[in-house]
Amino acid sequence: MATIRIPTPLRKLTQGKEEITATGATVGALIQNLEAGYPGLKERICDDSGQVRKFVNIFANDEDIRFLKGLDTPVKDSDEISIVPAIAGGR
Amino acid sequence: MSESVLIIGAGGLGCPAAFALAAAGVLDIGVVDDDVVDATNLHRQILHGEPDVGILKVESLAHALERRFPRVRVTTHATRFDASNAVSLVGAYAVVVDGSDNFATKFVANDACVLARRPLVHGAAVGLGGQLLTVPAGGKPCYRCLFEEPPPAGVGPSCSEAGVLGPVPGVVGALQGAEAARLLRGQNPAFAGRLVQYDSLGMTVRAVRFNPNPTCAVCGAAPRIHALDAADYVEPACAPIHA
Repeated sequence: MATIRIPTPLRKLTQGKEEITATGATVGALIQNLEAGYPGLKERICDDSGQVRKFVNIFANDEDIRFLKGLDTPVKDSDEISIVPAIAGGR
Repeated sequence: MSESVLIIGAGGLGCPAAFALAAAGVLDIGVVDDDVVDATNLHRQILHGEPDVGILKVESLAHALERRFPRVRVTTHATRFDASNAVSLVGAYAVVVDGSDNFATKFVANDACVLARRPLVHGAAVGLGGQLLTVPAGGKPCYRCLFEEPPPAGVGPSCSEAGVLGPVPGVVGALQGAEAARLLRGQNPAFAGRLVQYDSLGMTVRAVRFNPNPTCAVCGAAPRIHALDAADYVEPACAPIHA
């Protein structure tokens, strides 16, 4: 299973977990498979057309998937996937 | 101008950034903010105190900083930093620190600094975590290379998620100040081309590298942004989808 690092703003959807695991042959499949265990997570990462939102980036082993194969980037069991959204706030 | 820094926002990030800059010997500091001090700010906005409640944050910050560091000259801009004034404001300083608390201002700051060819030290804090990155003069890469657009209404961090643990902006802002001082002295920036993520819960600091985006709207090969238009920088309404 690949490890997915969850940023602090999304941890309410993962019961506070910083890391979760999931299976999937590609980054896109992995995000889809996360939805069963963590409802709402996919909606925060992808838009209605299924593309990664423009204020979110996904890194596969520290490589930006926009410069790999996007959501079709292959995933191996030992891979670490990081979800990195833009943040602002703290009023 | 050669050793001057503009700080956008006199709040949770701007206060520790200003303190770090003054402590590092930076004597020419500008700060832009149109807000006044509120009692709820005091747990994290370290240069404001109870007697300052109700006065302009830029005045409170300037007073506190100049009292602690008498050689420092603080120029106050008691106005909202927005598309109408951003390029001229950042152009008057050598380095810019973004201590704002909203997406619209963060994209204005990035785009203005790229257009004016000023280095920008970006910082953000929400909840238990924060982010830092440095945009070199002219970008390549810039904040928009990484995050192409701000979130639309309802899909960013929700209202209930948008609070912040007091020490988090303190850490991020102090690191922004130190980075800006490095830039002024011609030293290598620590956060250029890297997004540094600080998590106070696990006390972890992680960095991911990012590259210039050839299709970036402001510093890419064929940019569409050549000047700032206020219509492009509308802060999304705070409409949580997971209240």
